Amino acid sequence: MSYLIGENMTGGYGKGADILHDCTIAVEKGEIAVIVGPNGAGKSTAMKAVFGMLNLRKGAVRLDGRDITAMSPQDKVKAGMGFVPQTHNVFTGMTVQENLEMGAYIRDDDFTGTMEKVFDLFPVLKEKRYQHAGELSGGQRQQVAVGRALMTKPKVLMLDEPTAGVSPIVMDELFDRIIEVARLGIAILMVEQNARQALHIADKGYVLVQGANRFTDTGEALLANPEVRKSFLGG
Amino acid sequence: MEDILNALVLYSNFVIVPGLAYGSQLALGALGVTLIYSILRFSNFAHGDTMAFGTMLTILVTWWFQSMGISAGPLPTALLALPFGIIGTVLFALASDRIVYRFYRKVKAANIVMMMASVGVMFMLNGIVRVVIGPSEQRFADGERFIIKAREFKEMTGLNEGLAIRTTQAITVFVAVIVVIALFWFLQKSRTGKAMRAYSDNEDLALLSGINPDKVVMAAWIIAAALATIAGVLYGLDKSFKPFTYFQLLLPIFAAAIVGGIGNPIGAIAGGFVIAFSEMGITYAYKKFLGYIGPDGWVPEGLVQLLSTDYKFAVSFMILVLVLLVRPTGIFRGKVL
Repeated sequence: MSYLIGENMTGGYGKGADILHDCTIAVEKGEIAVIVGPNGAGKSTAMKAVFGMLNLRKGAVRLDGRDITAMSPQDKVKAGMGFVPQTHNVFTGMTVQENLEMGAYIRDDDFTGTMEKVFDLFPVLKEKRYQHAGELSGGQRQQVAVGRALMTKPKVLMLDEPTAGVSPIVMDELFDRIIEVARLGIAILMVEQNARQALHIADKGYVLVQGANRFTDTGEALLANPEVRKSFLGG
Repeated sequence: MEDILNALVLYSNFVIVPGLAYGSQLALGALGVTLIYSILRFSNFAHGDTMAFGTMLTILVTWWFQSMGISAGPLPTALLALPFGIIGTVLFALASDRIVYRFYRKVKAANIVMMMASVGVMFMLNGIVRVVIGPSEQRFADGERFIIKAREFKEMTGLNEGLAIRTTQAITVFVAVIVVIALFWFLQKSRTGKAMRAYSDNEDLALLSGINPDKVVMAAWIIAAALATIAGVLYGLDKSFKPFTYFQLLLPIFAAAIVGGIGNPIGAIAGGFVIAFSEMGITYAYKKFLGYIGPDGWVPEGLVQLLSTDYKFAVSFMILVLVLLVRPTGIFRGKVL
């Protein structure tokens, strides 16, 4: 029984054709699960399905054993899920600190402790706390985006291509941070374009093709699998 | 030297002082338009008539107060009636959102549909105001008329020209400053204000952060209705109240919001003053002014007036077109319409 599981998900956006076919994605506390696959494989769609952003015709999403399929994304945030979209994931016209405050909007308790933890995790944000998020570099923005999602003290963090458009050095740094977040006991589910690097840090990897599971294994095993290497990792 | 002072006093009396008051009124109006635009994402054409509605309520309460002998001494009684006008207008705005706009939000209608709906609300308000208080002009300013009279100023300084400052002008600027400070404090520091900025900045992410859109929209209507009433009452005190004039104010107010950069509160204020001073500066007859600063004994033959005051709306219109052509984001980089 996984902590978060989207089981046998079949569905698409609105009334459109199905994009996912019997797709299953699961992640445990403190683990990193990575969804990889070719363009148009439905990677982001699978994650959005878990978060409740599209209509599932079949299947269910369960968090800690509770069925949350019908829950709205807003309520899922309250239930302990954090979501970082791929683009437009910061409030550009607000300062870094205000971005974090907005992340904690649903909390009525004192969240200064959480903010300190986020600043410990991403020291550069503390340095730039009074700067507008729109003025930061791509990598720093991603840190703001992840920091914002962490402010609710989520049990699950979902990241949609956190390293899109950042340099390889920044990417390595972001992955290091993501490992640190997982060590806090948070379940991490992420979609990645940089399959090889992502599988290196993954406890579990899902290779999707045309909206269905093709390979599911540990990150290491997938990297070692000759078929996966040949088809998806460029040899 | 005395000539230059006379010229300065003359210019202050006819352009700078009235321009400051008019600019403040436009700024308050433009702030309301900009706020609705950034939260609900449509141009609220009913804003001018919301101002008229709020002013009408305030006038009715003012008359009632006057009939009971309540007054604010040297200040206009309307200031006492203003809170009641604000409450009534806020209730109206919330009702109009509930009955009209909420439906279009739910079906995710295009901005242009929302805008056309606001035109409908505008016509309705137009009718209500004319039925209740009539289409004719109302003057409701009472109390002390002047802080400094032109004659007193002349006696005090010994200059040829007098500078008159009306109570209503001083009140306008004073109230506008307080309202703007309060509004900025609210937007920058309060939880709801920050949520409004976040919602305006990135709606999807605001929803992901658990910000309640209904609450944000409600706050926007409350503030916009209050701003509209305050702007309308100040304008009415300073000049006079006439429903049609308030409808016409829509043009300079939109021009102000767009010139400053729509969606940007600082831009709305700057835009208000840009429009006000352009309007006053271009329609002012410079004959006497040039007579003072020109060589001795020389006076220009014509009035040296760039545009007759009848064309004052053309000024806002020209500025509006120019800004949209040259810098569509406005001075302070607002959103592009």
